[in-house]
Amino acid sequence: MYNNLKQHIINCINQNIRFDGRKNDEHRKITIEYDISKNAEGSARVKIGNTEVIVGIKTEVGSPYPDTPDEGTIMVGAELYPLSNPDFEGGPPSTQAVELARVIDRGIRESKAIDFKKLCIKEGEKVWLLLIDICVINDEGNLFDASSLAALAALKNMHFPEIDGENIDYKKKSKQGLKLNEEPLSVTVHKIGGNYIIDPSNEEEEFIDARLTAAATADGTICALQKGGDDVLTEEDVDNMITLAVKKTKELRKYL
Amino acid sequence: MKRPDGRNVDELRKIEAKAGIIKRADGSASFKIGNTIAYAAVYGPRNLYPRFLQNPEKGILRCNYNMMPFSGSGERIRPGSSRRSKEISLVTEKALLPVINLGEFPNSVIDIFIEFPQTDAGSRCAGICAASIALAEAGVPMKELVAAVAVGIVNGEVVVDLSKEEEDMDGAVDIPIAITTKSNNISLLQMDGMIKQEDIKKAIELGKKASQKIFELQKKAIKDKYNV
Repeated sequence: MYNNLKQHIINCINQNIRFDGRKNDEHRKITIEYDISKNAEGSARVKIGNTEVIVGIKTEVGSPYPDTPDEGTIMVGAELYPLSNPDFEGGPPSTQAVELARVIDRGIRESKAIDFKKLCIKEGEKVWLLLIDICVINDEGNLFDASSLAALAALKNMHFPEIDGENIDYKKKSKQGLKLNEEPLSVTVHKIGGNYIIDPSNEEEEFIDARLTAAATADGTICALQKGGDDVLTEEDVDNMITLAVKKTKELRKYL
Repeated sequence: MKRPDGRNVDELRKIEAKAGIIKRADGSASFKIGNTIAYAAVYGPRNLYPRFLQNPEKGILRCNYNMMPFSGSGERIRPGSSRRSKEISLVTEKALLPVINLGEFPNSVIDIFIEFPQTDAGSRCAGICAASIALAEAGVPMKELVAAVAVGIVNGEVVVDLSKEEEDMDGAVDIPIAITTKSNNISLLQMDGMIKQEDIKKAIELGKKASQKIFELQKKAIKDKYNV
């Protein structure tokens, strides 16, 4: 059964038509909603087909790292809730969750989208920490693209809370949003049986040979890469996959 | 007397209940009451591992209550279970257990996962209401549904469905209860605060009435899912 399904999926992809009628380089239907949680300083829900991810951002005031006394920072976490997929288990973050969080983190950090110096409240003492949490509600494949889109949407939706002297008043959101210098977005391209596909379903994800996630800014500058999967990629693969990924990030921007 | 948000003493916050919101789960539901939002997903009955946990006479029920890191009104909540979430998971499980017929599923487990994107008092009750709908949608044999609501005392008066503002007031008493909706029994009862015994009775009466209103919305959510 397992091998039959694999062969069937590959046959479909060879003919550039997938189980749900999509072409190899098409996303499922995408929707974005903002302000999912009133208690978060920014939040967004992204649905890609039935895959659903919520990203929420909390802000805290903390002390800066000693080597960067005038810079705040971001932290990205990913929760692969057992509610979203029968194969996910509770407990500390799995390797899969850590990879997802770090890839999204890198896209945001390396694009210099956020000026960490502007997150400084008092040099050497107090800085803003942006705690970005990716929460998976329903996993029907392609958590990477959904999380990237949701993280960017939540950052755009963010408002700092009021701060009175020492304490944060979480009940009051200030008018001050987060200025983004860039808008990093990633798309993951998957290689399967010699073809490239994007936005895989759960079934397709099972049979992926290799994948490449590329994050790019609005002008197409690449700001992070991550190769995954068991198989190798040729130099040509890398070139083709990056081209496709960057092209697709441009298309995704219209949803924001 | 009007309450801080203008509700009557027996008035619930606005409720929205929906079944079948998480496609991968065997059953699922969302339950929104005021600003508290609960998502519940049911997986199972499914095989239980490690095997020594299996019971050859009947299935077991496992509940997991979890607040998303950004769902609270203060600082970020660190992911993973806490003493609080463990206790609430336990009482949630005990609130639902009496209505489920686990005898049909030896060696199996029914898992219920409850997540909160946004909370504002009454989360354990909202979670139980959502879980109850999700169990029904999953087709788990149940004797009846369970509806839960917080009752309590605010400004000396017995009220239903306390908001966060009311819960935090001086002298407030908070009593989360779960009611089995047909037999009208109590499957969850907790309390913190100081109260006279006759007020407990009054509060439970109020809770029973409110739970019938919730029950109607739970039924509607399931019917809407199947267009009946």
